[in-house]
Amino acid sequence: MEFYTLQEFLTYTKGIAYLLIVAILVSVTGFWLFLTDRDED
Amino acid sequence: MSEEAVLNTNPITPPAQSLYTPFNVVAGIILIVGFIVTILRFTGGLGAVTNLNDNYPWGIWIGFDLLAGVALAAGGFVTSAAVYIFGMKRYHSAVRPAILTGFLGYALVVIALHYDVGRPWRLPYPFIAQQGTTSILFEVAACVALYLTVLFIEFSPAAMEWLGLRRARNIVIKLTMVLTIFGVILSTLHQSSLGAMFLIAPSKLHPLWYSSHLPVYFFISSIIAGLSMVIFESSLSHRYFAHKMDQTHLDEKEGVAFGFAKAAALVLFGYFAIKVVGIAMDNNWHYLTTGYGAWFLVEMLGFVALPCFLYAVGAREKNLNLIKWTSALAVLGIVLNRLNICVIAFNYHLPSDEKYVPHWMEIAISLFVVTLGVVAFRFIVTRMPILYAHPDYQEEH
Amino acid sequence: MMSVSRRKFLGWLGAAGAGVISGGAANAASNKHFKGYPDSLGVLHDTTLCVGCRSCEAACNKVNALPAPQQDFTDTTVLERKRRTDSAAFTVVNRFKQSESDKQPVFVKKQCNHCLEPACASVCFVGAFKKSPQGAVIYDESVCVGCRYCMIACPFEIPAYEYDKALTPRVVKCTMCHPRVLEGKLPGCVEACPKEALLFGDRDKLIKAARKRIERFPERYVDHIYGEHEMGGTSWLYLSGSSFEQIGMREDLGVTPAPKFTEGILGAVPVVAGLWPVLLTGIYAVSKRKDKVAQEEQSQAVSEAVTQAESQADAKLKKALALAKKEKEMAVKKEVKKALDKATLAKKEAKKKAQEEATDAEK
Ligand code: SF4
Ligand code: SF4
Repeated sequence: MEFYTLQEFLTYTKGIAYLLIVAILVSVTGFWLFLTDRDED
Repeated sequence: MSEEAVLNTNPITPPAQSLYTPFNVVAGIILIVGFIVTILRFTGGLGAVTNLNDNYPWGIWIGFDLLAGVALAAGGFVTSAAVYIFGMKRYHSAVRPAILTGFLGYALVVIALHYDVGRPWRLPYPFIAQQGTTSILFEVAACVALYLTVLFIEFSPAAMEWLGLRRARNIVIKLTMVLTIFGVILSTLHQSSLGAMFLIAPSKLHPLWYSSHLPVYFFISSIIAGLSMVIFESSLSHRYFAHKMDQTHLDEKEGVAFGFAKAAALVLFGYFAIKVVGIAMDNNWHYLTTGYGAWFLVEMLGFVALPCFLYAVGAREKNLNLIKWTSALAVLGIVLNRLNICVIAFNYHLPSDEKYVPHWMEIAISLFVVTLGVVAFRFIVTRMPILYAHPDYQEEH
Repeated sequence: MMSVSRRKFLGWLGAAGAGVISGGAANAASNKHFKGYPDSLGVLHDTTLCVGCRSCEAACNKVNALPAPQQDFTDTTVLERKRRTDSAAFTVVNRFKQSESDKQPVFVKKQCNHCLEPACASVCFVGAFKKSPQGAVIYDESVCVGCRYCMIACPFEIPAYEYDKALTPRVVKCTMCHPRVLEGKLPGCVEACPKEALLFGDRDKLIKAARKRIERFPERYVDHIYGEHEMGGTSWLYLSGSSFEQIGMREDLGVTPAPKFTEGILGAVPVVAGLWPVLLTGIYAVSKRKDKVAQEEQSQAVSEAVTQAESQADAKLKKALALAKKEKEMAVKKEVKKALDKATLAKKEAKKKAQEEATDAEK
């Protein structure tokens, strides 16, 4: 993909960043559960 | 406690059955005026009720209702983070009132925005129509929408206890930790981003207020606002709703005030420090001798340094009264800062006769929104277990 | 312990600030450079040629079907005061006099500059503004929410708002006659200009042409093409005979493209969202662990105290029992002895009696 303006480039990359944020927040919750699942208390 | 008993012991509502108490009359007038202005706003457009113009597209509805409103509603995240994440359990009784204030604050911000934007029914468009991902406002909108939801869920146990929905309530209580962490993330992001919104306009905002550190300033000062609002709100609650407080709340109240005052003093110190560093970074010293410079000094000395010092004295000498008044001063300081950035020091290059002065109807709507909040707060604390632990759920706190 | 955790709390909050800053710094370091759309179009406004006839204003009004003005376009008294664009005028001509008696005032046409990296597009949270490959920055009314952030952001103070409309207010500004240009026509104002103060064409070629003019008439122009680099460059370009500040154009805008101002903080967003949960959960785990340890210590102390008390009580009981046993034994012994004594006595007596009886019988 070719970008002619910084504005275009940022719209694209920040769009992906926002999707990643959602993915991160969901996965970190899951990961924490996986990590502490067997702790007895 | 029955509704009657509440009213009768309420100092602002004398025992006479009359509805015409000073509080009700003033609130009633504001609400009626607000209602009329609302009709004018949505039938005549923004031009009919505001002094906004092409140079000043943002007035006090953004400067006060949005910027100051969000900052002052920071008490929710600050308190719940202190108690649940950092384990300061002795402030536990302060959490619910803080969450309630936060929730109402954000709800009112969203209501106020419906007045300000041109086509309020399109407010969900950034999410459903087209995403302007490069806009700081996009991030603010996303965070505010999500955080309002988080606050609503955090507040819901009180309502559920009131309504007797034990099952649902217990599920939500289990989520406390996740919600708190989520709240802190969202607050960090949008509190700072409200400041970052002005990064785009270095040529319009006066250099003393413009800084690449604006997001940090906004975030740090939101903590000050949050802490101060908790103190301020709790002293008012104590005055008017003391009969609604349980022993724990009354016992912890002073500790909350002293602890929060100490914390606020420290954060104010840090805030002052980074602001000074900010001037040095951009070499803006020479502006201090101008008119705007004097105004900047008023803000910095009178509304940052002074409350910092007074909080410290209050905390040292365990002077509750001083702390109460200082909290009001600190809150005013944050409001002043937001108004400076959004309105007063904005377009500093324009001649003074082109400057914006709010229309009285704009002020009326801002008052209307605040009054809505006070009335809602009063309605809720006189009914739901906010200032006391619900007897059926005491053990589980 | 409590005061420690408060200090830590503040420390972390400080870390929050640091995170925001460093995230910003890291991102601003990206060295990508964007040159804009190739062959995009623009307009060169040579202010030294403008006579202030307002023909461009009239043409703009007609082309865009704007409401009729209060004063006719031939009326030059409107030039008495400085004007800006508004919802009824996408372009305005202003007059600048060096002094009251100045016989040769300068006229400057003002409209959207169609930035290469528009601030208005950068800040719109629904992406209503777009830079078109042809050069115009165009606005999409169908998504605009009316937050007016674009008006806050525009460094040239161009976009205006229809404040008087209750239901369908729009942001309005010059479109560089995008629809006409797509049809192969000239923008309305350029077509109407009788003095060729406006030149439409390929932006790169316009810059070359402007430079040539400056070279050819160095006494006529200041050596600067306004818009070549301002705010990252604009599609509209200006030539002037006096400093641009004097003809109402800001020279302090810098050359940074608008999106750069917020690029850093936008880069910090994922950093906060990615690291905050980790950090906060960690703090939570630590404070919970501390609580647990404290709790364990406490319960241990309690149980110790209990066992101690128990054993003490036990010892006492044993002692009491032993005492009781001893006493009992003593008592028994005593009784036995008593009985024995009695028995011996009786025996003795009986013996005595028997002896006596025996002696009696011998007698
Ligand atoms: S001049 Fe203003 S309105 Fe026009 S493109 Fe640039 S930022 Fe947008
Ligand atoms: S007013 Fe409309 S065009 Fe301007 S920033 Fe807001 S949504 Fe975008």
